[in-house]
Amino acid sequence: MTSIKLKLKESEVQKLKEVAQSFNNEAGELINVLHKAQEIFGYLPAEVQEVVAEELNIPVAKVYGVVTFYSFFTMLPRGRYPISICTGTACYVRGAEKILDEFKRILKVPVGETTPDGKFSITCLRCVGACGLAPLVTIGDKTYGRVTTDGVKDILKEYENED
Amino acid sequence: MELIKLTIDNRTVEVEKGTTVYHAAKKLDITIPTLCYMNLKDLNIEHKPGGCRICVVEVEGRRNLAPACATECMEGMVVKTHSVRVLNARRTVLELIISDHPFDCLVCAKSGKCDLQDMAVKLGVRDIPFKGEKSTYKPDFSPSIIRDMDKCIMCRRCETMCNDFQTVGVLSGIHRGFEAVVAPAFERDLDHSECTYCGQCVAVCPTAALTEVDHTNQLINDLSNPDKTVVVQTAPAVRAALGEEFGMEPGTLVTGKMVAALRQLGFHFVFDTDFAADLTIMEEGTELLERLTKHLNGDKDVKLPILTSCCPGWVNFFEYYYPDMMDIPSTARSPQQMFGAIAKTYFAEKQKINRKDMVVVSIMPCVAKKYECTREEFATDGSPDVDYSISTRELANLIKQANIDFNTLPDEDFDKPLGESTGAAVIFANTGGVIEAAARTAYEIHTGKTLDKVDFEALRGFEAIRSATVDFNGVDIKIGIAHGLGNARKLLDDVKAGKSEFHAIEIMACPGGCIGGGGQPLHHGDSSILKARAKAIYEEDKGKKLRKSHENPDIIKLYEEFLGKPGSDLAHKLLHTHYFSRKDKQVLLD
Repeated sequence: MTSIKLKLKESEVQKLKEVAQSFNNEAGELINVLHKAQEIFGYLPAEVQEVVAEELNIPVAKVYGVVTFYSFFTMLPRGRYPISICTGTACYVRGAEKILDEFKRILKVPVGETTPDGKFSITCLRCVGACGLAPLVTIGDKTYGRVTTDGVKDILKEYENED
Repeated sequence: MELIKLTIDNRTVEVEKGTTVYHAAKKLDITIPTLCYMNLKDLNIEHKPGGCRICVVEVEGRRNLAPACATECMEGMVVKTHSVRVLNARRTVLELIISDHPFDCLVCAKSGKCDLQDMAVKLGVRDIPFKGEKSTYKPDFSPSIIRDMDKCIMCRRCETMCNDFQTVGVLSGIHRGFEAVVAPAFERDLDHSECTYCGQCVAVCPTAALTEVDHTNQLINDLSNPDKTVVVQTAPAVRAALGEEFGMEPGTLVTGKMVAALRQLGFHFVFDTDFAADLTIMEEGTELLERLTKHLNGDKDVKLPILTSCCPGWVNFFEYYYPDMMDIPSTARSPQQMFGAIAKTYFAEKQKINRKDMVVVSIMPCVAKKYECTREEFATDGSPDVDYSISTRELANLIKQANIDFNTLPDEDFDKPLGESTGAAVIFANTGGVIEAAARTAYEIHTGKTLDKVDFEALRGFEAIRSATVDFNGVDIKIGIAHGLGNARKLLDDVKAGKSEFHAIEIMACPGGCIGGGGQPLHHGDSSILKARAKAIYEEDKGKKLRKSHENPDIIKLYEEFLGKPGSDLAHKLLHTHYFSRKDKQVLLD
């Protein structure tokens, strides 16, 4: 059996340890620490979860249990431009699924995965509380409201010249 | 203490505030059926996740049914435990659970002892109206434990044992909804996790999601091979529990019947691991005295406390969690392994049996022993000292298969010479037993005096962590005892921090010691069974003519004829071992 161990950046690991410390290394802060960890690394590979387990003194199986329970956490690297399609009730009834299908069709990746060039990833999220703008899509920090199927390619066009 | 009055099934009951409906009903002798609930009160473990929903009851004034195991009693509450609504809901819940469970009861390892099967019988399930997707997980085969998660009902008892009691933390609920399952981190297999193979998850699993690796077919093949001499050794804890599988009261000693059954099964030599337990005391006791004498003479480099090393679950635990302290445990091998090493050298030579023609089988209350047999350091040229180990449960199944009427068997004696043992060896089965046996011998050798009373009552009991001081002729020897790995961890952390005052520490991975091992007859959450077994073990010790290991005549002979003296070069080669850090063994991604 081969062991492929991801080498984490020492500076990022250090940052994660500081985050854990800022939460007093308390086991009860697991979700908060994971949120910050995902901000630092972009995703939560096994190696990051092991650091979190060590810092909060809890079994890594428990950390993995929480990471796999919440759809917000991801163990796969996200794209530089993470696309989130809201599939909450309001967005859903206003055609979120068709929007999602259009993103999948154009980018040729399924939900939860990243394009081979690492540029885009697609995830679904549940209700951001802006139901008036349904159906809603976020890319990074940017929000797009009342998206139509035809509008998807225009949105992606905005990122054409970005790397 | 505030008291609360409530009505359950038209009867009034008064309970303490904080009591659950489940316990209040119990007070009225109403046992509400459950699948996930588990209460090991002697071990302070109460598992009530309210997950299975079998225990639902109707509470007047509440819209929804309430889980009895997780609902607190309120003043004036009116509860119905068997209304039509409750019975229908209960059956529907069970049908839903079964709808995602394989229908292979006829050939299932747990058939006849399965809580889910029993519940289906009890609730009269005849048809599963829910047809849909079924879980398909890859089975996980480790040297000791098999995980077949298709059979998991998410009661999560295993998680409680692994995390809260043992603090090993291998198992956790992962994913959600239909995909939810109990698994090690990153869905690694057990063999690549920190699992110690203590088997406490197996001991509490209501179904066959967690079972031991079954070696019975291999044993049947060996017994029917005319070229093989099959030698068996039986661990002390087996004799205090095997009878339960044949309907006897917990705590019935069946030593003689067990020997008779093994002979009828066709074993060529029926020996006793107790012989090797006496041998363990000679080796471990000598090591203890050596380290102790050095310490008392002011040697600052000597490592104390000395830790017992009989328990393979415990050995796995410290190899994983305390790799920097591997020079503290005794180097003595476990009795199982000492037996194998002696059987395949001393005894094989005496009998003129070729090593390769001898099969050594052990009957153990344990599933970690299966893994211990496979450790490379316990083999010569690829031939293991102990070929394989079968659990108390597997032996019971084999006796039933062979159509032997266990209850009417006459009492028979073990064969000689590896069947001779003292009371000191018998008590290895109980928490505190190994260290008591060691104290009996170490005291007499150290002081040159005969003990007035061989029973060290202070070392006995069921408390999680115990300590006692034994007077060695003016020198106070401080002894610590822990059963359960979570309790062991507390003592170990003290040692690591330099805060431990103990000279010697005994640790057993399972509750109550080996009598509560992962390979014993299932206790189904009744910890009083463990106490009954422990009592039986002390009775067997009391009834023995010889009660100190160094008085075992066949042990004396073994040293005279073969080993020389305890701690000799040959003894070191055959009876001692070394430890490995298991942290390195872990492989991250398969």
